[in-house]
Amino acid sequence: MTPDGARPSGSGEVTPAQGGSPVDRRAFLGHVIEAACAGSPLLLGVVKLPALVAQESGGYDATEHFYGMGVDVTKCIGCARCVAACKIENDVPEEPYFFNTWIERYVLRPDGRVEVDSPNGGLDGFPPIEDEGNVLRTFFVPKLCNHCENPPCVQVCPVGATFITEDGVVLVDEEYCIGCRYCIQACPYGARYMHPDKRVAGKCTFCYHRLVKGKVPACVEVCPTGARVFGEVEGRATPLAQFMRFNDLQVLKPNLNTRPKVYYANLDVEVR
Amino acid sequence: MRSLPQQVPRLAIVFGVALGGLFVARGLLIPDTFGDRGHYRAAAVDSIAAQPVKFAGRAECAVCHDDVLKPHGAGNHRGVTCEVCHGPAQAHVLAPLEVKPSVVRKRELCTACHAFDPSRPLGFPQIDPVAHNPRAPCIGCHRPHTPEPPTPPEACSACHGHFARQKAVSPHAALTCETCHQAPPQHRTNPRAALPGKPESRTFCGQCHGTPETGVPQVEMESHGQPNLCWQCHYPHYPEIR
Repeated sequence: MTPDGARPSGSGEVTPAQGGSPVDRRAFLGHVIEAACAGSPLLLGVVKLPALVAQESGGYDATEHFYGMGVDVTKCIGCARCVAACKIENDVPEEPYFFNTWIERYVLRPDGRVEVDSPNGGLDGFPPIEDEGNVLRTFFVPKLCNHCENPPCVQVCPVGATFITEDGVVLVDEEYCIGCRYCIQACPYGARYMHPDKRVAGKCTFCYHRLVKGKVPACVEVCPTGARVFGEVEGRATPLAQFMRFNDLQVLKPNLNTRPKVYYANLDVEVR
Repeated sequence: MRSLPQQVPRLAIVFGVALGGLFVARGLLIPDTFGDRGHYRAAAVDSIAAQPVKFAGRAECAVCHDDVLKPHGAGNHRGVTCEVCHGPAQAHVLAPLEVKPSVVRKRELCTACHAFDPSRPLGFPQIDPVAHNPRAPCIGCHRPHTPEPPTPPEACSACHGHFARQKAVSPHAALTCETCHQAPPQHRTNPRAALPGKPESRTFCGQCHGTPETGVPQVEMESHGQPNLCWQCHYPHYPEIR
């Protein structure tokens, strides 16, 4: 050990007694800056410790659920009762440009052409098929937000106004949405629209306000043929569990890796 | 004890002010419940969950209307919940006497599902609303709560409506189909396997039109239009009106 006040001349150890030297002050400041850098994300709320938050809305615990929907294409009769009920239940504007759910009619021609139409979402019925003798196959496909597990719309939202809840439903925070339409561009299923009055993104909510009360979405409630099935995606004795067990399931645009939670049965390969 | 270097308290003040500013800015910029459950405002979920319900659901209807729902649940419309036809009924559930759901009498509501459309799945019961008793309300013949599947038709007009409608406004209106056609009973269940008969000779028409006692227009059967058959010139379902 060197005498007090003298710097070590060779490769000797640095001792606590040397605390006042310029080198150690620099090191100390370095540590302070490191500590400040490490702590700031916590303060900014980027990293947040899990808060113990009591679940509101009457005993409903979102963490106990994980919702999905099944659609059996061979049962859809294209009556569009779902479209009408959805518009009533969710106050979707009446104009024919805004739909949380809609019915598409596919007409496959023998030469490989595929014609798809959805006049007013199917609400007013469908016009007669042109050249009716020259049809290979024709059927209806109900469409809605797929409530993806890996949703592109949530990825692109610049303000965190659209999000996926603990029970797997993709929602829009209407007070926080700035109406930039990135999510409308990003959705590969065309399931979003700009609400003409609220000027925020509108979309299917799986009728979240009904789910928390133990009801099924309005479209499922009114579907007369049981083409729509609702329930938990995994491990529960709900109609959807049975639907998923007994059907070959397809999803729309699986190549995009969005992992939709709207599962289609008996879906023709032409449907996109 | 040695005092801290003078830089440390100064830096502490700078960091303290920065930290304080950060907390103030954070409190002002980040919404209250943001991050409680994820990277979103938890209060938004609660406000969406608090939206009013408009479709009550079949279970709510069953509380009072068990008398209707019991046969309905056993019939062919058991999958069609009340509100498909009667409209959203939560307001009725909350105020049963003040608000009444609609009672459906329009054909349009039935044809929304049952009008013929080639895109509908095979086997779904469909009719052509233009030809199938136009302007008659569906509920005049069909019970909407417990509809029956199609049965072998009682009258020929169920399938041969275009003949029946022509005949109904013709001088032959009083004649039944069986006057000229003898249909075997199997024809009603398997139409093509057992075809009904048709008149084969001029003498069949002559039973009336060559017999003055019947009081119908008469022709001289021996000379009139020989050797043609009557229906080569006259259409028996819609003969000439004088």
